[in-house]
Order: sequence, then C-alpha cells, then structure tokens
Amino acid sequence: MNFNWDIFWQYLLQPSDVYLRALWLTCVIAVLSMALGCVLGLVAALMRLSGNPFIQAPVRFYVWLMRGTPLLVQIVFLYTALAAGGIFRFEDLDLGWVVIPGNLQAAIIALGLNEGAYMAEIMRAGIAAVDKGQYEAGRSLGMTFGKLMRRIVLPQAFRIIVPPLGNEFNVMLKNTTLVSVIGVQELLLSTQMITSATFRVFELYLVVAIYFLLLTTLWGFFQSWLERRFGQSDRRPATASRRLFGNYTAKLLRGR
Amino acid sequence: MHSTDQDLVIEALDIHKAYGDVQILKGVSLQVKRGEVVVLIGASGSGKTTFIRCINLLEEIQGGRIRVNGQPMGYRERPDGSLVRDSERNIARQRRDIGMVFQRFNLFPHMTALQNIIEAPIQVLGISKAQALEHARQLLKQVGLADKADHYPSMLSGGQQQRVAIARALAMKPQAMLFDEPTSALDPETVGEVLQVMKQLAEQGMTMVVVTHEMGFAREVADRVVVLDQGELIEQGPPEQIFSAPSHPRTRAFLSRVLPEVSAC
Repeated sequence: MNFNWDIFWQYLLQPSDVYLRALWLTCVIAVLSMALGCVLGLVAALMRLSGNPFIQAPVRFYVWLMRGTPLLVQIVFLYTALAAGGIFRFEDLDLGWVVIPGNLQAAIIALGLNEGAYMAEIMRAGIAAVDKGQYEAGRSLGMTFGKLMRRIVLPQAFRIIVPPLGNEFNVMLKNTTLVSVIGVQELLLSTQMITSATFRVFELYLVVAIYFLLLTTLWGFFQSWLERRFGQSDRRPATASRRLFGNYTAKLLRGR
Repeated sequence: MHSTDQDLVIEALDIHKAYGDVQILKGVSLQVKRGEVVVLIGASGSGKTTFIRCINLLEEIQGGRIRVNGQPMGYRERPDGSLVRDSERNIARQRRDIGMVFQRFNLFPHMTALQNIIEAPIQVLGISKAQALEHARQLLKQVGLADKADHYPSMLSGGQQQRVAIARALAMKPQAMLFDEPTSALDPETVGEVLQVMKQLAEQGMTMVVVTHEMGFAREVADRVVVLDQGELIEQGPPEQIFSAPSHPRTRAFLSRVLPEVSAC
C-alpha cells in the first residue's frame, strides 16, 4: 500500500496557512449561506402560508426549481453561465477592509438560494405545526399579525425547526465543497491544489475527510445543546412533536 | 335599528354565519348589559360557540352587526348597506376590550404562567413591565395560583391552566369576558375550581357571556339564560324561568336530555 504516515500526520496536525484559511472559508461560506437560506426560507414559508394563490405561486416555483435541479448546476449556472451569457457578472466587492471576490459572493448566494427552498419547507412545517388555538389566543388578546408571529408562533415553531435545521447545516458544511468548481479556495480545492504538487492523494483526501468529520461532529454537539436549550420550557409535549416533526421533515428531505 | 343605551356592552344584531352551504347562525341577536352574566345553552351544533366567537371576530360573519360599547366591531358599512371587514389593526385594537377564555385554554406553552399573563399588556397595551408584573401577581392571587407564577403550562393541571387563562384575559382589563365552554376539557375534579373563579368574577360585576354545559352554574350565577337551537335563539329569560318553566318545546326537549346530568356547583 502506498501510504506515507509522516505526510498524513504532518498535514493532519500541522496544517499549512493555506489550509487553515481554507478551513475558515468553509466555515464562513456555510454560516453565511445558512443565514441567507434561513431568511429566504422564512419569507417563503410565510408567503406559502398566506392563503393567497398569487403570493404562493412564486414560492412554489422557486422551491420546485431549486429542488428540481442539481446544486452543482445551480452554482455553475449562477457564476459562470450567467457571465458567459452576458447577463450578470459577479465582480469583486471592495469593502475597504476586506475584498469579497466575485466567486465567493456567487458561492454564498447559490448555496443560500438552494438552502432557502429546503428551509421554506421546514419552516412551513414548523409554523403549521403550531396549534391554531395559539393564533386565536393571541388575536383575542389584541395582537396584530406581526406581534403574534414574533412573540407566539415563531418561538414555538423554532423548537420544531431546530432538529431539521441542524441537519440542514450539517449538509451545508459538506456542500461547501461544491463551490470548488467556481474556484473558491475552500478545503476541497486547497486539497486538490496541494495534491497536484505533492501527489499524496490518499493521505490528503483522508485528511480533508477527517477535517469535515471534525466540523460536523462539533456541530452535532452544538446542535444537541441547542435542542436542550430550546426544548426546556415545555419538555413533554415539545419533545413528542419535535420527534414527530424531525422525522417528518427528514422524510421530506430524503432522496436528495 | 340599534339601541344607543350606554349600559349595553355587547350588542349583536341579526348575526348570520355559514360554512359554505351550512347555515350555523340564522339571525341571532343578543344584547348584554354592563355587569350582566348571560349563559348560552343548547345542544352541540346549536351554534352557541360559533356565536361567541363571532363577537370578537374569530369568525367572519356574513350578515348582521356587532357593537361593543357602542362601537361597531370589525366591520364598516358601505353606502349600499353591504359590510366590509375593517383593517387588521383596527380589529386587533377592538379585541383588547373583550377577554376570551377557550375550551382548550390555549396558554402559550413557551412561557410561564406569569409570562403568559404579562405578555399582552406589555406587547399590546404598552404597559411597563413592573406594572404588568404587579397586576399579574395580583390576578394570579385572585385565581388562587399565586404559588404557580413560574410554572410552565405543561406543569399545571387543566383546571390550573384554565385559571391562568382567565387571569391572562383579565390582565387586559376587558369590558366583557367571553367563555367558550371553559370546563368542557377539564377533569371532573377540577371543574369546580374554575367555576368558582368565574362565579367570583360575576360577583365582582364583570360582564360575562358564557357558553357552558354546566347547568348548575347557569342556574346559580346567570342573570339570564339564552337557549340556542339549530342556529336560532329560541328562548331567553332568568334561569328560574328557563329551568322550571321553559316555554319552547325544543328547550324542554333539550333540558330533559341534560338535566339528569346536572353537576353540583
């Protein structure tokens, strides 16, 4: 077997600056894309629940489109195809203290747009799971729709949303590797670049796999903390419905 | 066409309500004076729950007028006489004046008893937290749950939850309270504690409209008993009259079915 332990340990335990930067970038992309996905998902979920077919239609189309095409195709389409077609080109954005490269913007937007479609379904399920009596209680106390959502419905929906949201972020961490195709130097592309110089493919891909395993494991700990933290007040009923909905949404997400 | 009597808190005139083709309310009118306790009785499906839900606009009505304190509730009249629903903000404002207690309590499960009570006064009325807390503790004491302030609803019994729900509605200092079968979802042994709180409230002069199957409560506390049947108000009067000498045959039929089960209040 062609495996060099020294190289393996060296890259695993003493990652180069390039590699650490890539790790940082992976995390930044995942967090920002997830945040964008959550915002889009919430807006889309509220539009879906509006009851007005003209407001629902664009959301249905969006979810259909995003879930019906490969994420990799979406990424290339947004960054490369739109530019090639002369429709839109992502330019580097100079914020003074930091320059955000065009491909990084495209990466975050593509991942966020895709995530938004999945989050829309998760949030819709979470909001719909809140008992109708809660709306009536809020309304009878004189709450307007905004207050009702912010103070009563969303906090309850959030407890149902947390487990599938955790799964989504886990998937997101790994999906960041896809943006290597548009030249964003995250973990996978950095690994590819190093292997093309050193030819230590086996060792380095093992290292990158372990890094992702570390990231997702750390996230897993954080997720169970989140679930404990937000399930506290209403332990018995919330756990039951949360389990139910976690499974239900997981079912929706299968086949990805 | 409607009274401008200042003592009228709730005026509902000729309320029509249908789900699709099914007529639930076929022109029900009811006037409730300040301090009056009106109990609505009738068989299931008679429309009594729907009727009180219409009063604070949890249900849309197809025809009729609702006034609370003389102010039209939720609907504006077009010049041609048709009704147009008022803005969400105005309806929310009007609902503050009417407290509602639900069959299934509908406490906010992510908040403690105390937080449930102060939520709307702070968020809707804009009262300071200190003031809201003081009032809330006083209300919890009034419903006999001063020691349960920091309990979440899931840690309370049904009767305790319903008493918190009553305190929550009272925290808005409503002009009138609507009770939608407040004891129907309770274990028999906790029914009494809720009825006791409602009775105290009635004695303090709160205007109340109560939908209930508790005939003992109706007999003892009601100023007026109103009988609904198949979406129509068929009879009303003081409890002694309704229970001992009902004039409408359908009232007699209904009472003969329920009275053997009268629970002691």
